[in-house]
Amino acid sequence: MSEIITKSVKELNKALSDGELSSSEITQAFVDKIKEDDDTYEVFLTKTLDEALNEAKAFDEKGQAPRTIVDGLPYVLKDNIVTKDIRTTAASKILDNFIPPYDASVYEDLNEDGAILLGKVNMDEFAMGSSTENSAYRKTKNPWDLTRVPGGSSGGSAAAVSAHLAPFALGSDTGGSIRQPAAYTGVVGVKPTYGLVSRYGLIAFASSLDQIGTFTNTVEDAALILSRIAKNDKKDSTSFSGTYPDFIKDLEAPLTGRTIAVVPAFEEGLQDEIRDSLKEAIDVYKDLGAEIVEVDFKLLEQALSAYYMIASAEASSNLARYDGVRYGVRAQDYDGLVDMYVKTRTEGFGPEVKRRIMLGTYALSSGYYDAFYKKAMQIRTLVVNEYDKIFKKADLLLTPTTATTAFKFGERSDPIEMYLSDLYTIPANISGIPALSMPAGLDKNGLPIGLQLSGPALSEGLLFNAAHAYEKVTGNEKLER
Amino acid sequence: MKISKDEVKYVAGLARISFDEDEIDKLQSELSAVLEYADALNKVDTEGVAPTEHILPIKNVFRKDEAKESLPLEEVFKNAPDTEAGGFKVPKVIE
Repeated sequence: MSEIITKSVKELNKALSDGELSSSEITQAFVDKIKEDDDTYEVFLTKTLDEALNEAKAFDEKGQAPRTIVDGLPYVLKDNIVTKDIRTTAASKILDNFIPPYDASVYEDLNEDGAILLGKVNMDEFAMGSSTENSAYRKTKNPWDLTRVPGGSSGGSAAAVSAHLAPFALGSDTGGSIRQPAAYTGVVGVKPTYGLVSRYGLIAFASSLDQIGTFTNTVEDAALILSRIAKNDKKDSTSFSGTYPDFIKDLEAPLTGRTIAVVPAFEEGLQDEIRDSLKEAIDVYKDLGAEIVEVDFKLLEQALSAYYMIASAEASSNLARYDGVRYGVRAQDYDGLVDMYVKTRTEGFGPEVKRRIMLGTYALSSGYYDAFYKKAMQIRTLVVNEYDKIFKKADLLLTPTTATTAFKFGERSDPIEMYLSDLYTIPANISGIPALSMPAGLDKNGLPIGLQLSGPALSEGLLFNAAHAYEKVTGNEKLER
Repeated sequence: MKISKDEVKYVAGLARISFDEDEIDKLQSELSAVLEYADALNKVDTEGVAPTEHILPIKNVFRKDEAKESLPLEEVFKNAPDTEAGGFKVPKVIE
């Protein structure tokens, strides 16, 4: 069984194609693992294990080879991706009883592809947070060290793949919510170019920054799965409508002649082992024939400030819909309509969500709009320009994903300290470019380190090429449990 | 940039969230700290820089004005806290 659950999606697909394994055997192995370990890791909010086993049986009874890379294979979704008739909470009390009447486009696509849903997994409430501690339901553990957080906000998705409860997962990334937990749990996490994957049915946090992406054990799996979910969608008006690049054809291309930028100033303040990992990666890429160029990135802290203004402002607007009228939980005792709104929202939202709504409402209120929101959007332009300059000199940018490895529960109680967890991941959301986090060894406590590659819009193919090359040299440290 | 207690209360009213006095005190210091941190924004010269609302060069995305099938009413109302006569029911607004 342990052999099945540690296989990559590509290996599982091959085993299915070759008739070595059935979908039922594969799905059962993950179901058994979930039954054994979910109480320890606290990953799932809603399980669909019986349905999954039935779907696997139906796949086997058809007796046909898998039509797609994910056909007949199980996976999990972050609980902010809506699934018809399957409870979807975004880890919030205000959506405790919400049974969506429709499917998110990514879920519809994966259903058509034959993928089998094992359940909906934990996250920070409405994807606001960097540790999954803001979930109203459970505290998901980092599978590498149960006293530490899995990162966030997609902590459940990251932990599920890391602990082999699922061979792949989808999450969402607004400021690092895929890449940071991927780094903390030693898996591959991809935030695609903004607009590449439909946001239809993704419960909105900050609409101009939100993007759905993948968690996998290997870079190749990420490329294969992204190829299935990246497509234009008429139901998302910000969906990319141009030609979608092929993410796989250049996976094995040599890196000779490629240029990779690094920012020497980013080495300040990094945990020692992460700095060492970064240096080793630079050497790996030099050996692979790439040229390394040093560049400046002056707006890192300003990008973080701009992010919290933009994200909070958009969140305060997006979350205005939770008023206890059309869906979600309504407060029990109230005196009139306005009091019903106030009590519903006061009882339904957790502290971090309230803090962000307050910050966003303040930033958008009259008299402060120019000083905060407009200023933040101007900084956004400057961050876009900064990347343009870098990508004139280099094909890709290599940075750490995070300054430290996974921290302990309760360790970052100050909001600003928590926000700093996303320092290196936020600029990619601000400018909409693709970025991924790849495993890059372990620190002295045996905790995973992540390095981040980012590139210009639609450069996913090159990102996968470079990350795959690095992975082949270094190998991923896998959790053996 | 410091935010006053009265401002916290005013913004809470706009956001339709209520806080007790302890929470207001805590929010006052937390929001002030975040806003002070955000002062980094004001050190950057943005004279003449156009704001970026969206990173994709998308203008208006049009589609044909064709009616498509809507969700059945019973599906829509399944999640509603209170309904009556084909509508969402809320407390009385006008006395």
